[in-house]
Amino acid sequence: MNPVLSVRNVSKSFGGLRAVDDVSFDVHQAEILGLIGPNGSGKSTLFNCVLGQLPASAGTVLVDGKDVAGKRPCDLNKLGVGRTFQMLQVFPEMTVLDNIILAGQEHKGTMLSRLFGKPDAGLTEEALRMIDFFRLGHQTHEKAGSLSYGQQKLLDAAMAFMAGPKLVMLDEPAGGVNLTMLADLKERLRAFNQERGATFVVIEHNMEFVMSLCTRIIVLANGRIIAEGDPETVRNDPTVIEAYLGG
Amino acid sequence: MSTRTSFSLVAGLAILILLPFTQSNYGVFVLSSWMVYSIAAMGLNLTLGYAGQVSLAQASFMGIGAYTTALMTMAGIPWPLAMLAAMVLCFVIGLLLGYPALRVQHHFLAFVTLAFNALVVLVLRNEEWLTGGTYGVVGIPRPEILGLPTQKPLAFYFFVLALFMLTAAALYGIIRSPWGRAFRALRENPIRANSLGVDIRKTTLLAFAIGSACGGLAGGLVAQLTQFIDPNSFGLTISLKVLLMVIVGGAGFFFGPILGALLIVLAPEFLRFTEGYYLMLYAALVIVLMVFCPSGLLGLVERARTALKLRQNPNATTWEAGR
Repeated sequence: MNPVLSVRNVSKSFGGLRAVDDVSFDVHQAEILGLIGPNGSGKSTLFNCVLGQLPASAGTVLVDGKDVAGKRPCDLNKLGVGRTFQMLQVFPEMTVLDNIILAGQEHKGTMLSRLFGKPDAGLTEEALRMIDFFRLGHQTHEKAGSLSYGQQKLLDAAMAFMAGPKLVMLDEPAGGVNLTMLADLKERLRAFNQERGATFVVIEHNMEFVMSLCTRIIVLANGRIIAEGDPETVRNDPTVIEAYLGG
Repeated sequence: MSTRTSFSLVAGLAILILLPFTQSNYGVFVLSSWMVYSIAAMGLNLTLGYAGQVSLAQASFMGIGAYTTALMTMAGIPWPLAMLAAMVLCFVIGLLLGYPALRVQHHFLAFVTLAFNALVVLVLRNEEWLTGGTYGVVGIPRPEILGLPTQKPLAFYFFVLALFMLTAAALYGIIRSPWGRAFRALRENPIRANSLGVDIRKTTLLAFAIGSACGGLAGGLVAQLTQFIDPNSFGLTISLKVLLMVIVGGAGFFFGPILGALLIVLAPEFLRFTEGYYLMLYAALVIVLMVFCPSGLLGLVERARTALKLRQNPNATTWEAGR
């Protein structure tokens, strides 16, 4: 069985700076992979190369065995890759329900059938289930912009899952979220992973969050992988400690 | 659709059917003019209000639609074909004009569309062999429907009313459909929309094309309404006027451009008694409205209604209060 995501010898340079240097790893079905590293280690650049926001200078990215070089974000989404953003990215003037329906509608029928079909693309029931799953049921008809920051983070995650993606890339999901909401978010992500076999790649600075959520962790420093393994192994790896604390 | 909305729509339609019988020929002309401009403004509302793409070129599409309809009907081509051709042509040119919007946004896009409007006016003025240049086109026939002429103001009013209703229904269908949701997503957060599978390129181009096709239809009706067109009828001033209709009524509200067009077309009539001061008064009113309610008149109504409901029921959500 193909890995859900396969990153093969990916490099990315900006002029003379090599932000990502010959990075390779696989992500398998139902795995939660954490991608960590100090600031400037190349995590976000790698993320953007995988998601088609930046063209890689070298190497290939395969999703479910298919090369996704040059694919636009909307094409990647149709191939089953969902994502969240570091900064909040919801549609503030649209209701929570409309946000969620939008996240699924482009996977239903053709462009023409969406024009002449049902206004909700037949997704209301599924969207309500997703909203309930992320415990936003009492906010269904509220404008997304009126939700608290943490609730918008939950909505952001719910949107990434709505189309039933094979792989979800989460960019700092814990950033700016208070402790109660953070526990909620972690618990929901774990439940999604266990109940539906969803596969995640998580970039995160919050070590406690990453260590307790992820099944495997890759550590980047200066654009290269310096350590890889389960949370316990990575936590005790002297190279990792040195990369974070300097030396 | 709620019973209250259905009732309001039926009442509104009844008023539109009965109102012209109480008016002079000039009054019927003004009402027809309002509906024609409403069609253009509804199209721009889709492009600007829903999809968030700034366009200062709606008058140029009205011009292309007007000249296409006028020249084709005067050449003996049946009016339905001529008007359809006008809309299709504007749809295609709108698609092309949408391409710059894939690269530039906001005021840069406004300048691109503004330049396009200027270009269309220059073509209409300079290509005399086709457009009659500054002399324009005179004697444009009004349509004949199943053998019934619409030469008289009242008959033509009902022809315009029918097309106005059809356009409104079509646009309402589009806005309520997943396309409408994608347009709003494009306006609010194109990067996120793209990551959720919305094809930003197609959505942007469609927003321009559909809005432009409405401009083409409105232009065809302007030609038949006034029976005379010249390049100045479709200059930048008219584009700004249509933009004002959308903004004053409430961009992104379905009935916003219809209300805005009503105000912009009727205000000069009501302010006529002020003689030389009317333009100044009109400008001052627009400034006051924009300062105190940038979301337009319908935005003002929505704000007031929500505030009132929240005062009555402080525990209501803003959605419940807004209903």
